[in-house]
Amino acid sequence: MCFVVSTSFSRIAEGQAPYARIRDAEREPGSWLTYSGSYRSQRFSTLRQINVANVASLKPVWVYQLRSPGTFEASPIVADGIIHIVEPPSTVTALDLRTGRQLWSWRPSMPRDVKALGFPKTNRGMAILDEMVFVGTLDAHLVALDAKTGAVRGDVVVADNKTGHAITCAPLALDGKIIIGISGGEAGIRGFLDAYEPSTGKRLWRFWTTPATGEPGNETWGGDSWKRGGGATWVTGSYDPELNLLHWGIGNPGPDWNGDVRPGDNLHTCALVALDASMGKLKWHFQFTPHDTHDWDANQIPVLVDAAIGGRMRKLVAMANRNAFYYLLDRETGEFLMGVPFAKQNWAKGLDARGRPIVLPNTEPSEKGTLVFPSLQGAANWHSPSYSPMTGLFYVAAREMGSYYFKTEVEFEPGSLYLGGGEQALSGDQSSGAVRALDLTTGQMKWEFRLHSPPWAGLMAAAGGLLFGGTNEGNFFALDAQTGKTLWEFQAGGPIRANPVTFLAGEQQRVAIAAGNALFVFGL
Amino acid sequence: MGSCPAASCKRVPFPKPLVKTRALVNLCAAVAAVMVIGLIAAQPVLSKDSPDITSDELARGKRLFQNYCGRCHGMRGAGGLGPSLARVSLRHAPDQAGLMSVISNGIPGTEMPGTWAFSSADTKAVAAYVCSLGQVVQTPTMGDRFRGEAICNGKRACATCHIIRGIGGTRGPDLTDVGRRRGSDHLRRALVDPGAAHREESSEELSVWGYVRFLSVRAATLDGRGIEGVRVNEDAFTIQIRDAENRLYSLRKAELKEVRKEFGKSIMPSYGSILSDGELEDLLAYLAGLRGNE
Repeated sequence: MCFVVSTSFSRIAEGQAPYARIRDAEREPGSWLTYSGSYRSQRFSTLRQINVANVASLKPVWVYQLRSPGTFEASPIVADGIIHIVEPPSTVTALDLRTGRQLWSWRPSMPRDVKALGFPKTNRGMAILDEMVFVGTLDAHLVALDAKTGAVRGDVVVADNKTGHAITCAPLALDGKIIIGISGGEAGIRGFLDAYEPSTGKRLWRFWTTPATGEPGNETWGGDSWKRGGGATWVTGSYDPELNLLHWGIGNPGPDWNGDVRPGDNLHTCALVALDASMGKLKWHFQFTPHDTHDWDANQIPVLVDAAIGGRMRKLVAMANRNAFYYLLDRETGEFLMGVPFAKQNWAKGLDARGRPIVLPNTEPSEKGTLVFPSLQGAANWHSPSYSPMTGLFYVAAREMGSYYFKTEVEFEPGSLYLGGGEQALSGDQSSGAVRALDLTTGQMKWEFRLHSPPWAGLMAAAGGLLFGGTNEGNFFALDAQTGKTLWEFQAGGPIRANPVTFLAGEQQRVAIAAGNALFVFGL
Repeated sequence: MGSCPAASCKRVPFPKPLVKTRALVNLCAAVAAVMVIGLIAAQPVLSKDSPDITSDELARGKRLFQNYCGRCHGMRGAGGLGPSLARVSLRHAPDQAGLMSVISNGIPGTEMPGTWAFSSADTKAVAAYVCSLGQVVQTPTMGDRFRGEAICNGKRACATCHIIRGIGGTRGPDLTDVGRRRGSDHLRRALVDPGAAHREESSEELSVWGYVRFLSVRAATLDGRGIEGVRVNEDAFTIQIRDAENRLYSLRKAELKEVRKEFGKSIMPSYGSILSDGELEDLLAYLAGLRGNE
């Protein structure tokens, strides 16, 4: 398909979201301009109208109910009086920020047998740039829509859905680039991260997550296993404009649980990569879980923070990884600074001086099942952590669950699941969850708030001293960010599998969360 | 009770067939026959009434299930991201055609996808394996079900805690179709050692996403009250409890000093020493005969 170049592209109209505005999103807390709120992905807002003193009186202002039910995991984009959401699987809807009334809705035409191999038919968000919003669809298209009308301004095929490629993550808009990740790590794809020119849809670069023959890192793959080695890029990364570096988590190797066919560390799966944003070139990588056999993607949010380590200010990236360790790296060089568990794990004795896990014996998947913590859904997953510069605490919604991991024979067939095993999780009363507040630089837990079940909801801290989060049981809540004490709770009537956002509607602070099959917007 | 396919009755040395649901009985009877014969060789189960399922097909169904379904339903089918399938009746697949349709087409509006990659033989094999997960083995009981009914309605007052055909209490499971859902061995254990049966319940037929049903809980409020009963529901902030008198309590955890959960314990007393062996067999015969609307 071709991209339609808008004739009005150069017109400066009210409501444009140029790059500079997105870059400076933290200075504009009344809007929510990127998936994680800003390039640093702290999911923190300086809004303080809703605060520890008055949050107890927070109540719903309006509710938008999805027109067709599904798994609703989207984090909204808010700009210029409009809140944009993605309804499952890939429908973009614009709502009036004040009333929740629909302004427009665009539903892609997708084949009935669209493939989502190994994950729900969902979408987690979009990007806004200039006068357009960008969304990746389940059938792996990148689509540009007019932010005010929903008119299709462009549509490119990122990859073939028939081979198991799909898009569920929000794109990230940079200066003249739309970065988009791909799903398909359970289908034996070769993962990549793409950059497209917003006005033409032209692909500017592609970074393959598994190195080809002759490229550095290819030696970490046996034979040609890198060709179907996974390494999906299905959670939106972060960006440092000063360093011009993209920080992006890379998914599990394929096949997931039978590593015999891919001897070696399997770079750059289960790693964080830092790419030069201009060319998509690898600057550094840090692999959390070499030769993963538990499906512990590193598709979590890399949180960019500047803080003093040993008396010296450092540019840091923090990640609470699916493998149950919390890591702190230098985001300029990739140097490992420290790593400690933040949830129950029984697979590693610890991390060595370079951050490589010291793996315990008998933790591999087996024919009869091997009980390992965490479960394949991990101690963390796609749901967002949060960092508050006011408390210096890194907040993570931790999942406490183990699994029996199984290993089976596996054959690769394009467009089919490529797993080599599976799990039987210890679910229900044998599992739980917790919101944990970690000291940013030491990973030491300062407090925790116990949850009934392993969460799929992200967290958002705000300057009013609050931390918002959600539960599978439908509780949307606010904790005291300093102490973890419950200050407010609302039963939304459906599971919360999404990240909170906050913004201003006129002069009034609002907090929004997707819950069940509805978007709830709260205010004082 | 469900029809007993002639072929499986002739071939299987059980006095009663293994059953899943009334309508799934054909496929399941064939599966049962394979299971009884043993998963040794490709041995066809021939019947003009039931689909042909061989042990090889059942094994293939298991392999396909583990590769395509295990990610959500668990490698043992006991649930995970998706619900447990190790149960006698499946809500979205009330009959054989329904099960095949769910496997082929998925369930619209849910995360259950269709498996377009499966041939019809694959679908049948997976359906057969799913069917095998919830098999209930009925062995003969020696008791008299009419005497058993009298015991249940009389001094043992099952209805105090259990609904039978619409009447009774809710502290324990509805027994209206317990004979269809539960094998007689399990029922015997449940009467003699309810705690053990409850533990078995929590590891096999999980209720909702792995949460133990009828879990005994004791809550102590900050103002010194004690509430004892079974858990009805729970989240991070609240718990709902039903006590012995069928009273419902809605409690906020912030107002509780403690919530003690007694896993592996049942509030039901053991009838092993209360009833004579003969009475136990009579009661068992009655319970095994409770088959809902079959």
